[in-house]
Amino acid sequence: MRTRLLAILALLALLVAACGGASPIEGDAEAPGNGGEDAAAGDDGEATEPAGAGCEEGETDGDIVLYNWTEYMDPELLEKFEEEYGVSVTEDFYPSNEELLARVQGGASGYDVIVPSDYMVSIMIEEGLLLRLDEAAVPNRENISEDFASPPYDPDLAYSMPFQYGTTGLGVNLDEMPDDFPRSWALVFDPEVADQFSGRISLLDDPRETMGAALKYLGYGLNETSDEALQEAADLVSEARNRVAAFTSDQYTDFLVGGETIIGHGFSGTFQFAFVETDNFESWEYFVPEEGGTIWTDNMAVLADSEHPCSSQTFINFILDADNGAQLSNWTYYESPNAAAQDQIDDEVTELADIPDDVAERLEFIEDTGDDEIKFTDYFNRAKG
Amino acid sequence: MSATRDVVRPTGNARRALSANAWLVFAFFYAPIILLVIFSFNDNRFVGVWGGGSLRWYREMFANRPVLNSLQNSLIVAFASTIVSTVLGTFTALALERFRFRGRGAFDGLVYLPVIIPDVTMAVMMLLFFARASSLLYGTMGATFGLGIGTITLSHIAFNISFVAIVVRARLAGMDPSLEEAAADLYAGRWEAFRRVTLPLIMPGILGGALLALTLSLDEVVITSFVSGPGSTTLPVYVFGLVRRGVTPLINAVSTVMLMASMLLVLFSLLVQRRSQ
Amino acid sequence: MAQTTLPPRKADQLEGQAATAELEKSAERAASRRGMFMAAPGFVYLFLFFALPLLIVFVYSFANRSPTGRTILANWNLDSYQRLLDPFVVQIAWRSFVLAAGATAICLLVGYPFAYFIATRSPKVRAALLVLVMIPFWSNFLVRTYAWRMLLGSGGPVSQVTEFLGLGETRLLFTTTAVMIGLVYGYLPFMILPLYASIERVDFSLVEASRDLYASGWQAFRRVTWPLTRPGVVAGSILVFIPSFGAYVTPEILGGSRTTMLGSYIVRQFLQARDWPFGSSLSFVIMLAMLGAAFVYFRVGGKTL
Repeated sequence: MRTRLLAILALLALLVAACGGASPIEGDAEAPGNGGEDAAAGDDGEATEPAGAGCEEGETDGDIVLYNWTEYMDPELLEKFEEEYGVSVTEDFYPSNEELLARVQGGASGYDVIVPSDYMVSIMIEEGLLLRLDEAAVPNRENISEDFASPPYDPDLAYSMPFQYGTTGLGVNLDEMPDDFPRSWALVFDPEVADQFSGRISLLDDPRETMGAALKYLGYGLNETSDEALQEAADLVSEARNRVAAFTSDQYTDFLVGGETIIGHGFSGTFQFAFVETDNFESWEYFVPEEGGTIWTDNMAVLADSEHPCSSQTFINFILDADNGAQLSNWTYYESPNAAAQDQIDDEVTELADIPDDVAERLEFIEDTGDDEIKFTDYFNRAKG
Repeated sequence: MSATRDVVRPTGNARRALSANAWLVFAFFYAPIILLVIFSFNDNRFVGVWGGGSLRWYREMFANRPVLNSLQNSLIVAFASTIVSTVLGTFTALALERFRFRGRGAFDGLVYLPVIIPDVTMAVMMLLFFARASSLLYGTMGATFGLGIGTITLSHIAFNISFVAIVVRARLAGMDPSLEEAAADLYAGRWEAFRRVTLPLIMPGILGGALLALTLSLDEVVITSFVSGPGSTTLPVYVFGLVRRGVTPLINAVSTVMLMASMLLVLFSLLVQRRSQ
Repeated sequence: MAQTTLPPRKADQLEGQAATAELEKSAERAASRRGMFMAAPGFVYLFLFFALPLLIVFVYSFANRSPTGRTILANWNLDSYQRLLDPFVVQIAWRSFVLAAGATAICLLVGYPFAYFIATRSPKVRAALLVLVMIPFWSNFLVRTYAWRMLLGSGGPVSQVTEFLGLGETRLLFTTTAVMIGLVYGYLPFMILPLYASIERVDFSLVEASRDLYASGWQAFRRVTWPLTRPGVVAGSILVFIPSFGAYVTPEILGGSRTTMLGSYIVRQFLQARDWPFGSSLSFVIMLAMLGAAFVYFRVGGKTL
């Protein structure tokens, strides 16, 4: 009786697992709501060109959920949007591109607008996760400056709209630093230099960024995928772990300003935002280390299975408006790829984002490395222990 | 009995050590909570550093939409899951304790599993299940559900049934079976006997189980964070998110309110127990 | 006369016995049916929303993972299980084990005297003390763990106290110690309550007798009280060890992503590494480990949960 029961259960489990459209191909049928367009881009580009949702400018179809990085959207802008279009925006947060991907990969996540960084856009396009944007629905795309209008990860801006860009580097508490400290990744990775800060350092909980920092310090490129290089970088991170107070992508400013850490690894605008809020602005500094670092663009995109594609695109269009784009940059302290917004952005923001030329030369964009992409996550997880 | 107890009360040093230990443990229990409440009135944005007293975080909390929304979700899920799991759990306990039937042993084992299983495993289980179920449903019916309050409630019921069943079973096991036999003799039908004798006797157990289920549901973080969707966050999950994102005394304020609510719940349950005795 | 009536009575008796047996059997079957009927709703629910999900996890643990982290339900393999033997994974499991065992030991060392203290008070005091123990326990688990986060930060209250005592600044946050404190704080009541129940049930006349026999109170304790309370000790230990081993919230809040424990590691497989098969195999195996531990409990400590 018991064995029979077990046999039935096992059979049922296999049935359930096998059904539900689990094709051995890239699981394209796993995501419900992909209907309405063939989103299975697959691996050999055989996909038919997906049709958009057919939205017009200013069209709305219900309230939306924005899945965003923390402290990245001015609440007043959300209120303004609600007033203008009658659509309320709920915000949910994630700390890294990888977690964003994890949450939306399964489909039916309930999110509408997401904010992937450059390389994540190309990954998501390949996975068929993004909705093709309607030209008519986002006319403000014209505001985007030439430099950003044709990015390698989305040349026609068919799926994403860049709306912020910035760099990743180190923020430090000048009061606690020795007088002429090197503005270098050695502050974190070189035991001779870093040991004095032991326990007072935070690193990003982000595979590409943190592994990238190690790779830069070692002299490799950010997108280096050879196993030897990645292992070297992983060893460096693993060794640094003993000096690190925490791996965090959300709280590095809190820790720095709160006194928990002296050196924090994080994003430019977020640091500036926090520094400005303190009453001793001169005690803090953000810089990109001399070996180079990451420059990135953040983009707004709509999930393919969103139930409110029109409201979502209207929101994106709203953010791309010159006034709104400027308001956002003035709030986040990040620069904007929006050409039309430039003269409304405070000088303070652009000045703070300035980087010395020789370092700027060594900035790199993170790129999608295809099949090797998962390596960064794996090596990073091992290094984190 | 108390006379005998006096005999085993340790004397001298042992007694002092025991008392000291007890005091320390109580201090250990309560100090964090008291400090938590005190710092909820901290005017300074940075939690550990006192900056003067103020009510601003409480004001902010009550104006904060996500907080109120997640509180509402917590209550809905807790009450729904408590009611369903109490009913199902009681039936389960009665079946296991009072009847013999085929498959009883297997069912007995199954009921204990949710208690033992680590909550990460359960979280993973439910996520995979709902992922598969929703795509199966989509494939066959063209429409499907997303993660939300429904999936959270279903998951909570799954483990709460076991807890209720265990509590009620304990109560049943401790009952004098002759009472039920007498009832069987007196009343016309089994249902009457059950309603008038068994049910009142196990009611404290049922209520205890229900209270336990309510507490567990309100406390739950891991499973809920896996199977919730946007807008369906519960309060503990929201606080968890806040803690990871940026610690301000707002969390203290929310925590203090939750504390007060729990204490009221405890007092309420004590009163109910007093009444039933 | 009597001899001729005996056989018929015997036949009657046999017939009566057979009839009774028939009746009993049908009553049993009826009771069995009623039992199944009662058990059905709970069973169906648990089967659908517990057994089935568990089996799905089991199935997923043999699946494959695409380069971008999507799960492929084909090319079934044992890779996820092989990874369990990876020294890196073993290290995390060992660390979790040590932390859980440490937390259990501390809870026992602190909780036993505490429970003994309560059990040896007068009934009214006992009841009051128990309620006082329960109150923090009834508050939200997350809230209690967060309280320590607040306490242990640099410049926070704990650090201020040690500075005041001349011990210098302490920065306990994001260390293994912090996680240990969090675990002990969260699960100490789970140790105290079964211990208390067990100690309370001890027949103190036995102890009194042993006091007459043994030289010291300590010996009396060691040879009589302790063995009698062992079921409570086992119950409490299991109730602390199991959740500590698979803990996720406490290490996340107090450990700062530095001390990876099994719970965090599993969640990471789903939320970051996007390796669902491996996360499934980890989840499944940790469940089996806990089942094993619980089985030990049932054997050693008796059936009362």
